[in-house]
Amino acid sequence: MFYRENGQYKSSYQADQQIFPVTQDRVVILVLVVLAFAAVPMLASDYLLRAIIIPFLIMSMAAIGINILVGYCGQISLGSGAFMAVGAYGTYNVMVHFPGIPLLLALILGGLCATFFGILFGLPSLRVKGLYLAVTTLAAQFFSDWIFLRVAWLTNYSTTGGVSVSGLEVFGLPLSSTWAKYWFALAMVCLIALLSKNLVRGALGREWMAIRDMDVAAVVIGIRPTYAKLSAFAVSSFIIGVSGALWGFIHLSAWEPAAFSVDMSIRLLFMVIIGGMGSIMGGFFGAAFVIVLPIALTQLMPLLLDPFGIRMSTAGLAHTELMVFGGLTVWFLIVEPHGLARLWSIGRQKLRIWPFPH
Amino acid sequence: MAFFIEILIGGLMAGMLYALVGLGFVLIFKASGVFNFAQGAMVLLAALAMARFAEWIPQFLGLQSKVLANVLAFGLAMAMMFVLAWLIERLVLRYLVNQDGATLLLATLGIASFLEGMGQSIFGSSVYKIRIGMPKDPLFLFNSTFEGGIMVNQEDLIAAVIAAVLVTLLALFFQKTTSGRALRAVADDHMAAQSVGIPLNRMWVIVWCVAGVVATVTGMIWGSKLGVQFSLGTIALRALPVVILGGLTSIPGAIVGGLIIGVGEKMSEVYLGPIIGSGIEIWFAYVLALVFLLFRPQGLFGEKIIDRI
Repeated sequence: MFYRENGQYKSSYQADQQIFPVTQDRVVILVLVVLAFAAVPMLASDYLLRAIIIPFLIMSMAAIGINILVGYCGQISLGSGAFMAVGAYGTYNVMVHFPGIPLLLALILGGLCATFFGILFGLPSLRVKGLYLAVTTLAAQFFSDWIFLRVAWLTNYSTTGGVSVSGLEVFGLPLSSTWAKYWFALAMVCLIALLSKNLVRGALGREWMAIRDMDVAAVVIGIRPTYAKLSAFAVSSFIIGVSGALWGFIHLSAWEPAAFSVDMSIRLLFMVIIGGMGSIMGGFFGAAFVIVLPIALTQLMPLLLDPFGIRMSTAGLAHTELMVFGGLTVWFLIVEPHGLARLWSIGRQKLRIWPFPH
Repeated sequence: MAFFIEILIGGLMAGMLYALVGLGFVLIFKASGVFNFAQGAMVLLAALAMARFAEWIPQFLGLQSKVLANVLAFGLAMAMMFVLAWLIERLVLRYLVNQDGATLLLATLGIASFLEGMGQSIFGSSVYKIRIGMPKDPLFLFNSTFEGGIMVNQEDLIAAVIAAVLVTLLALFFQKTTSGRALRAVADDHMAAQSVGIPLNRMWVIVWCVAGVVATVTGMIWGSKLGVQFSLGTIALRALPVVILGGLTSIPGAIVGGLIIGVGEKMSEVYLGPIIGSGIEIWFAYVLALVFLLFRPQGLFGEKIIDRI
């Protein structure tokens, strides 16, 4: 009743092609962004920001990056953790070797390291597809695990590969309080989300989707598969790299190569499947799900099991978490391959025609 | 020279174990087009089950005989894998017929995660031991030819023999039995197989059962060698290059690929390791497979992949 676009006539191409063509959507998104920037830091506690909201923001960014490669271009990657690691260590190295470099510039350079790495390990995608490609991206994962553990120069000669950062600042403002970190992460995520949304609805994004849907037909209509696939690898690994750098710098602030292991890659992939493949919005849903679920389980499982006198250990919770993630992934693949994002859009459609059924 | 042969033999033995895991991949891929990422989790689950059953059964039944307990545990673990195969077909694969390979791959990733969680919550997550009485002392061969002889690990030797027996049995099963022939038909062409009356669903259960058997044997051998723990699940990832190298659709390919990777890993660790740093065996196999993919995407013995682009 309230959510209806009747009477909203588009009189220019610009109005017709905007990201949110429905006025109500625009208002809601605007309110959400304003709330996120102004109200959330005031209402949320320090713990909530640090443990849930900041990881959620950074993970959504990573999910957007993976979605570009997996959801939009259809190239399965199990090496996302490696791209994150390269982004994080790349940024770290830039900051170590060029003291005083602005953080934003270092982030971009770190992202470019990840881009280079992504293109390098994306090269096999020109020859192999599907399953085989998944295996080659695993090669990237194991290579990065090894190189950050063994090549001391990359980790500034720390023996375990662990590095830490401190004293970050952006435009002269220190990034020390949780609030500053939150604002920085939020701004980056908004920027990247806007950028990717525009990329995927532009010419490049349509090329990716054409390759995903049917590569032979795409080539027939004049799309260069080399360019499309490698550009997807480049853009996606840049975004994943930046998110990796943020994960290390903002969220962890001291990390080891194990932080970006193959488990991370698989968890990121689950995030994209649950959130919704081929949807920017899905990245946010997936990240929220993956971050909130373990916390919800820790709260809920004791409540559920206490009446039966069963005590659950931390390890037990971790195992339950694995089972829930695995089960849900399979369930989503069977029932709703487009994930939470599709459920959302179905709900929206229902709302539009409410109270009528059709 | 003796040193070289020692490494070579060590590599071949390790390769035999990789071949076992690779075999699990190839069997399922051939028969159902599913690239089974859950093979590692199945190995972990089977090994966990076997280790714990071997502990529990003597306590429960008051058995004294170690051998009997082990045999019973092995049988129980295998029965569990059969039930699991049936459940996987019933609950997952049945609904994903005709999906593309990528979706199925993601589904098996989900299954893998589920099995890892389930195995550890049922059987516990510490390090367990499987004691099937493998001899631990090394054996020295060709004392007369080389000074000091060539050191061969007896345990590895037995494992290799078991693997060889298993491979022979599988080959016989696939070539000589009715089910084997039906499985080969399904692998060749799903639709044609179905149209001559081969029940696809049952075939899939059978092939997952066979993969379960392979996983149990692999779990037993690896478990008695390294101890049963979470990291056992990652041996599947170690074995992926094997099938890429050998070809995803070829059983001999899995074996030859396994041997090549096994030897390549050991050789690279010994001869390249000092130059570029230790621990390279983890990714060396992958890079080997990757380079190989660029020139021969179907692997050594795989069916030729014909693509227009």
